[in-house]
Amino acid sequence: MNLFGRGQWGPGAVALFLGLFLLVFLIIPVGKVIYVAFQDPNTGALTLINFIDFFNTSLFQESFINSFYVASMSVVLASVFALPLAYFTTRFNFGGAALIQTLGVIPLIMPPFVGAVAMLLLFGENGSVNLLLGEWFGINIPFMQGLNGVILVESIHYFPFILINLSAALNNIDRAMEESAQNLGASGARLFRRIVFPLAMPGYVAGASLVFLKVFDDLGTPLLLNINNMLAPQAYLRITSIGISDPMGYVISVILVAFSLLALWTSFLALRGKDYATAQKGGGGLMKRDLRPWEKAGCYAVIIFILLLVLSPHLGLAMLSFGTVWSFSVLPDAFTLDHYFRVFSNSSQFITNTLLYAGLAASIDVVFGTAIAYVVWRTKLVGRQWLDYAAMGAVAIPGVVLGIGYLRTFYDFNVPIIDKPLASWWVIIVIALTIRRLPYALRACMAALQQVSIMLEEASENLGASKRRTVIRIVVPLMSGGIVAGFVTSFATASVELSATIMLVSTESDAPLAAGIYEFMQSAAGRGPGAALGIIAVLIVGIATYVSHRFIERKEIERAPDMAVAGGV
Amino acid sequence: MFKTIDRRAFITAMTVASVLSFTGLVPALAMDDKLVIVTSYPPDTTVTVKKAFEAKHPGVKVEMLKKKTTAGIKYLQETAGNNKSDMFWASAPDAFEVLKGDNLLQKYEVKVSGIPEKVGAFPINDPDGYYKGFAASGYGIMWNTRYLDAKKLPVPKTWADLAKPVYNGHVGMSAPSRSGTTHLTVETLLQGEGWEKGWARWKEIAGNFKTVTERSFGVPDGVNSGQFGLGIVIDFFGLSSKASGFPVDFLYPPITTLVPANIAIVKNAPHRDAAAAFIEFLLSPAGQEVLLDPKIRRLPVNPASYANAPEGFPNPFKDSSIGSAVKFDLQLSKGRYNVVNSLFDVMVTYRLSDLRDATKAIQAAEAKLAGKPNAAAKKLIKDARALVNKVPISAVQASEKDFNKIFKKKRKKATTKVTGRQAEIEQKWDSEVKANYAKAKEMADKAASML
Repeated sequence: MNLFGRGQWGPGAVALFLGLFLLVFLIIPVGKVIYVAFQDPNTGALTLINFIDFFNTSLFQESFINSFYVASMSVVLASVFALPLAYFTTRFNFGGAALIQTLGVIPLIMPPFVGAVAMLLLFGENGSVNLLLGEWFGINIPFMQGLNGVILVESIHYFPFILINLSAALNNIDRAMEESAQNLGASGARLFRRIVFPLAMPGYVAGASLVFLKVFDDLGTPLLLNINNMLAPQAYLRITSIGISDPMGYVISVILVAFSLLALWTSFLALRGKDYATAQKGGGGLMKRDLRPWEKAGCYAVIIFILLLVLSPHLGLAMLSFGTVWSFSVLPDAFTLDHYFRVFSNSSQFITNTLLYAGLAASIDVVFGTAIAYVVWRTKLVGRQWLDYAAMGAVAIPGVVLGIGYLRTFYDFNVPIIDKPLASWWVIIVIALTIRRLPYALRACMAALQQVSIMLEEASENLGASKRRTVIRIVVPLMSGGIVAGFVTSFATASVELSATIMLVSTESDAPLAAGIYEFMQSAAGRGPGAALGIIAVLIVGIATYVSHRFIERKEIERAPDMAVAGGV
Repeated sequence: MFKTIDRRAFITAMTVASVLSFTGLVPALAMDDKLVIVTSYPPDTTVTVKKAFEAKHPGVKVEMLKKKTTAGIKYLQETAGNNKSDMFWASAPDAFEVLKGDNLLQKYEVKVSGIPEKVGAFPINDPDGYYKGFAASGYGIMWNTRYLDAKKLPVPKTWADLAKPVYNGHVGMSAPSRSGTTHLTVETLLQGEGWEKGWARWKEIAGNFKTVTERSFGVPDGVNSGQFGLGIVIDFFGLSSKASGFPVDFLYPPITTLVPANIAIVKNAPHRDAAAAFIEFLLSPAGQEVLLDPKIRRLPVNPASYANAPEGFPNPFKDSSIGSAVKFDLQLSKGRYNVVNSLFDVMVTYRLSDLRDATKAIQAAEAKLAGKPNAAAKKLIKDARALVNKVPISAVQASEKDFNKIFKKKRKKATTKVTGRQAEIEQKWDSEVKANYAKAKEMADKAASML
């Protein structure tokens, strides 16, 4: 058994467990579904004919181009939103940095359906903004027309991925680097361009690649805006149409997976060959500078403008939840609290379920994420990269495919004690959320670990600590910023996940918030209560995010007792 | 994990408490204590009916599993091996046909009397006895009154009105492949006007579409919020939106079909007695009157229930103009179900912007032509219309059994040999349709430049 070197047994067992978990809950169920893509629809034999059909179909070619265009533009726009927020709050002494960071994460929690409804009510062709513009200037700006709408909504929705990862990376940069650069005469834009940004690159690339991937396979937004000519909606429409057994839906799923893996690989190549780790962890974070009053005013203006824009879906949602009837008018006709009463009187189980499911899933995600990151970057286990690829592959699996896969794989498996099929036990929802959100946690943990120099671990081991102890006492604490970032991202997005959940919820009492919102949003009288539930979801996640930011801040203060001294010098 | 146990314990305690509180009303019949219903209906419907049912049968706890119709079918198909659901409760009869075809439903004989054979021209119950109609629904047009006022648009009265140039970019509908009830509307018009003319009518209307929505509720949602002014919707969407206070209204155009919304018992249902009781309740006068609730607003199938209906509520058993103009042929519809859906998607859903551009150009050219004696331009416009309205296949081919098999294959049992693949055929149609739309636009533009 020389496969594992000395000291590799522990990580080896962990890797094996993770591999098994991914095999059972990701690869097999998905394999069962997408196997169809490789079957000849007429004979059932294995074939590639469906893929040939895909590339010969002009609709799919267009869809592919549209998806690629939307994903790329969304990364650009999301970067425009994220860069100032991340940079200003980490680099300058800024009142309310934690609040800004928290508000900046909230767009990630755009509850399904209501978010897009709110955006349409505000920015649609007959939304508030255009009604006002029409009244004042007689113009109508097509914010939400066609692909524009998808790009706008997606980049608002997903830019926090860049914000969170970039902020974590900026906070992790060794101050000594910056000081050295300054001593050598660099300052201002040059300092940012040559030192700060390159050092934060792993965080930015992690965030940007997530945005790209998510937008590339996002289903909800294009569907809600009724854009069909993109890949994910095409796959979904073809898989779920009544009675039709068109294999093209599955073919598109395979192509989504393949393309996402390709994009990940590209981002991996972009970072390869560079060392981002910094050895010293004393100060932690960039030096924070005080701003001159007019600079401060300028920064606040930019931040407020961005926040106003990215929070507009939530402003709209709040108005929807308090409004009576909002139809073809700038504001709702009147305001009321009735929707909240209705929600609290008979829907509170949605809230407890969501906290339970998303909390469990996100906790498992960061544990697994940290473990995978460690296995991939710190061990020489054979095939360790495949753990990373498999876990990240989940990002590319449309929720419906995972949901159907679970039903297909686990419905015949009865859980012993409770004697219920695994596929209809609430735990399966947690597992589905864990799998679907693992990539977020994993990216964050990877980026965090990449910034921890291996020298620190070697030092710890030289001082006699075991591998286990080193991981627990040195690696994990140093990664804590990234881990918390991963937890927040996973928790926030898991709490509003719908596409896999909707397939797996088997009793009303097990339904999470997202399913509740979905149900409400299927009737005219349910729009207000649905929006109220949406606001509650946002509040829950917002509070959780804020608490974890406070946690990181406190950790940093604990870790850097010399900060005050350094500041006083 | 303790959290979980607490939650379970809490729920159990609540259940016990609620059961105990009813001990005064011991049900006459020994019955199942639970009933699991897979349904596509929103809480407005399910909660209201559930409350009424549980009041009548205090021992039974109803659990509503809400799934979109298509997802519900998939769910029942995937879980059939170890079924835990008792009933399927949704609108579209064809969804029930799919389940019946897969042998997933259970026959049931209704005991309630007084329910007629037909509503409009449509039989209320499945002739084979697998599913029962509990309410009638018809398609019609809903509109946002503020929107029409602001844009100075007249209220349409017929489907043909929706094809008028004034409505360009103001109409919304969902795709028939996405919504069983929309499919019925499309099929109704095809049967009412004939294959070629029916499709021509649809393309003229679709040329005015602002959007084709993915969910059937996307249409009333869009009209309610004013995203578009008019929508082609099932009646209760329009009626319940109005009842919820939105500035909208609804009417049935002359060519519409009333179709029953249905309920059925799932094969191997664990709680058969409770399921039977639910059907009986739903069809009883008390159950039928629940449908008149402002948040539900469906047409009862029990004519006696209309006595308590609000003023102006449509009554298909009295007003023979609703839903009787077309004699709906269910077999014809079933025989070409997927072909019609696929054609609509290829010609309208996925090529909406091309279709809209061509339609706009034709409408502009027609407006310019009005009153001018330019024969050449007139002919160009006519040809352009014909090109847009062209359907890739004939009615005969659409109903051919072998051809339909291409669109409806059981992947697992590949006993029959089929030639051709759906993707291949759709691509052929698509390139044809796209070229036609582009050419038609060109011709219309040319005609306009001649005027």
